[in-house]
Amino acid sequence: MMTNVGNRVTQGQFSFLPPLTDKQISAQIKYALKNGWAIGVEYTDDPHPRNTYWEMFGNPMFDLKDPAGILSEINDCRKTYPNHYIRVTAFNSTRGVESPTMSYIVNRPKNEPGFRLDRQETDGRCVRYTIHSYATDKPEAERY
Amino acid sequence: MSQEIKGKERYKSGVIPYKKMGYWDADYVPKETDIIALFRITPQEGVDHEEAAAAVAGESSTATWTVVWTDRLTACELYRAKAYRSDPVPNTGPGTKTEQQYFAYIAYDLDLFEPGSIANLTASIIGNVFGFKAVKALRLEDMHIPVAYLKTFQGPATGVVVERERLDKFGRPLLGATTKPKLGLSGRNYGRVVYEGLKGGLDFMKDDENINSQPFMHWRDRFLYCMEAVNRASAATGEVKGHYLNVTAGTMEDMYERAEFAKSLGSVIVMIDLVIGYTAIQSMAKWARKNDMILHLHRAGNSTYSRQKNHGMNFRVICKWMRMAGVDHIHAGTVVGKLEGDPLMIKGFYDTLRETNTKTSLEHGLFFDQDWASLNKVMPVASGGIHAGQMHQLLDYLGEDVILQFGGGTIGHPMGIQAGAVANRVALEAMVMARNEGRDYVKEGPQILEAAAKWCTPLKQALDTWKDITFNYESTDTADFVPSTTANV
Amino acid sequence: MKNPELLTPDNSSVDLDAEFRNSNIKEVLDKLDLELIGLKPVKTRIRETAALLLVDRVRKKLDMTAGAPSLHMSFTGNPGTGKTTVALRMSEILHRLGYVREGHLVSVTRDDLVGQYIGHTAPKTKEVLKKAMGGVLFIDEAYYLYKPENERDYGAESIEILLQTMENNRDDLVVILAGYKDRMEKFFRSNPGMRSRIAHHIDFPDYSADELVAIAKLMLAAQNYRFSPEGEVAFGEYIHLRMKMDHFANARSVRNALDRARLRQANRLFKGARKNLSRIDLMTIEAEDIRASRVFQEGAVDLDGDEGANENPPAS
Repeated sequence: MMTNVGNRVTQGQFSFLPPLTDKQISAQIKYALKNGWAIGVEYTDDPHPRNTYWEMFGNPMFDLKDPAGILSEINDCRKTYPNHYIRVTAFNSTRGVESPTMSYIVNRPKNEPGFRLDRQETDGRCVRYTIHSYATDKPEAERY
Repeated sequence: MSQEIKGKERYKSGVIPYKKMGYWDADYVPKETDIIALFRITPQEGVDHEEAAAAVAGESSTATWTVVWTDRLTACELYRAKAYRSDPVPNTGPGTKTEQQYFAYIAYDLDLFEPGSIANLTASIIGNVFGFKAVKALRLEDMHIPVAYLKTFQGPATGVVVERERLDKFGRPLLGATTKPKLGLSGRNYGRVVYEGLKGGLDFMKDDENINSQPFMHWRDRFLYCMEAVNRASAATGEVKGHYLNVTAGTMEDMYERAEFAKSLGSVIVMIDLVIGYTAIQSMAKWARKNDMILHLHRAGNSTYSRQKNHGMNFRVICKWMRMAGVDHIHAGTVVGKLEGDPLMIKGFYDTLRETNTKTSLEHGLFFDQDWASLNKVMPVASGGIHAGQMHQLLDYLGEDVILQFGGGTIGHPMGIQAGAVANRVALEAMVMARNEGRDYVKEGPQILEAAAKWCTPLKQALDTWKDITFNYESTDTADFVPSTTANV
Repeated sequence: MKNPELLTPDNSSVDLDAEFRNSNIKEVLDKLDLELIGLKPVKTRIRETAALLLVDRVRKKLDMTAGAPSLHMSFTGNPGTGKTTVALRMSEILHRLGYVREGHLVSVTRDDLVGQYIGHTAPKTKEVLKKAMGGVLFIDEAYYLYKPENERDYGAESIEILLQTMENNRDDLVVILAGYKDRMEKFFRSNPGMRSRIAHHIDFPDYSADELVAIAKLMLAAQNYRFSPEGEVAFGEYIHLRMKMDHFANARSVRNALDRARLRQANRLFKGARKNLSRIDLMTIEAEDIRASRVFQEGAVDLDGDEGANENPPAS
């Protein structure tokens, strides 16, 4: 079990708040749509901080007007992967940004095992650190 | 009318007014490639303001105090800076508290400057001229840098966008704290503060500007313990974390050595102080680009010349130079904290650092349209006397691409450093969520915080501890073009 | 929430007029009157539907629930009878009454919904549905979704998804199916599930010749043109002839005829002896601009024009 506040991975915009309700998620999606951002739903069973590419649950969605369609994708993803991490990412294509502008977690495993810190003692007092995701001790798709 | 003297008369030995030597040209239309400087001039008594402007143009470009025939061996008309406009500053002169001042616009040809060198640019623009007797006081207010010159600079090593991608943190301000006390902690104790802050929920911890390598803690010790703390906290939260390791040192060789060590330990960021000088900053920016490192700049020393309104230089010019020089972070004011900062002026600084194009906006102190020529954006850092109870104001004034540094506001929490970090992170996330939901978060800010404090005890304690702390002093550096409103919050 | 049982029939009152004013739907209904000539029965049905939704909303305010009203509709009628325009206004009305959140109209045909190969259709249909969420999905010639002659047709898959969404996401979008009346009826007979989910059927009648002339005048005025008196008489005759021919598409045929008349007018002015023209000259469509149409000469549509090609299948 993780020992930090909330005992959970705290990536994303809202990990320190209570889990978002569907209504709250819709409001955040609405904000992104109002700004003209595309929205993607992604999931993973390896939340390592350097694991950049979570699996895409379909391509990012462009040109939508209303959050309902995206919320239904999120719920489909939750149904398919109830024990994975799922995040919603908004993409801004404006010149000078052209990068994600929002990212928040909307689903997580019931138990989050967290990470182990491996130390390799090297020259002098120097240490090389490796962060090891406990979940990856098991093969993909059998992790939670 | 003081006509420019031409031909033989112009180069006769002796002293002639700058204005007549060709440094004043009211009809001059700046070229697209000209560098333009805007000075606030307080002329000496009896000196005509156009002559004063011409003198500044002369002394910051080709002139010396007397006529020299060797001018005629050069395309000197091109190299002469040209003062082409001088306007009285609003609310100065007879009937006001301030002596008459003028805004003088001076254009410099691109060929006056070495490509890619802030040192060379500044040697002209703020070289001799500030001690010049013809002016009682002189302040560099703003500069227009042409795209042609910007393209000779690397710009920020990483930039806001790539920094966020590397940190995997989007859509909210980042959170930081400076380790306190500033001086005296041993390496081991120092790392403890770093670990607690990061595990509690901050994204960054920070060395202070004067932490280098002192008897109580030598730099290698600090680096080793801080990186242990960073990695532990990262494993404990699943987030990328960082500590600005200050590599400021007495020589470039020492700085490179420290930066290399930081890299070998896996740090994502290093830090330097403004006092190391423009050339050293540019060198470190190049090093940082080459080594995938974010470069944090502490503006130590800037108030020595940026605070007084009649003399020195405006901080927005430093912001421009630092974006060109290539830093990724710079402290740029908080509006509501303990350090100098009028809200309108601070907006001007932040826009200068973060926009791809800034438009002329006199109320924000921006005198020129500035195309940033794709130079990366710099992340402003707000630090000094801010706390969780001001979260709505901070988000409103400073926006999303900013690092909010709560030093005292984290470490001074009654339940400890982790609790302090939790309070700040919860306050921040609650406020961002409310803003995105379309709520009037500035007005409802206190209620939004109270609501979160109902389920988050650390936040409740933070609000109770600091609820009435504000720093309401008159700002000295204020806008000239609108009545200033210093935040009373 | 108040408990409905505690409501006595007369303990609250409501000002229906005020509700009507506040909803701003009068503006939309007026716009509909102005924009569209004739169509009396359609306008009446739209008013009735708006009234029903308004009263339903008022009842909801008084906690008199009667279940969310079903809003999916079918618009039937020949091409060019104003179905798309009415759908646009309908989405505005629904938006102003709060039955859809955004009020945009997404107009599609079979090609937008049905894919070419296995696994293609579901994402395609879902994509369209997601775009329409918060607004109105207008499916023109909806019957092409159903091709009973081909067992493997992917249209059925699309219908399945549509049905599911129409049922489960009633609050999120309204679907309007449109097309020729007879084919729609056949489609509903073979798809009872679809029929049962459509609460409002509105039939769009063909225009009379007089209405079509009135439409023509409205269209011309919008482009700063007008008929000369003789021109108007000629157009009346043209319409009578044209209505009897194949591929007649009501207002759309009028628009195409006017486009060609403008072309002829320009040619006439250009070739004419007088190069010094007044505003009136530039505005006026003369009888000869109409009478040059092949409809008069051979009883056939113009070959160069697109009478026929464009007016052929689309039914809206």
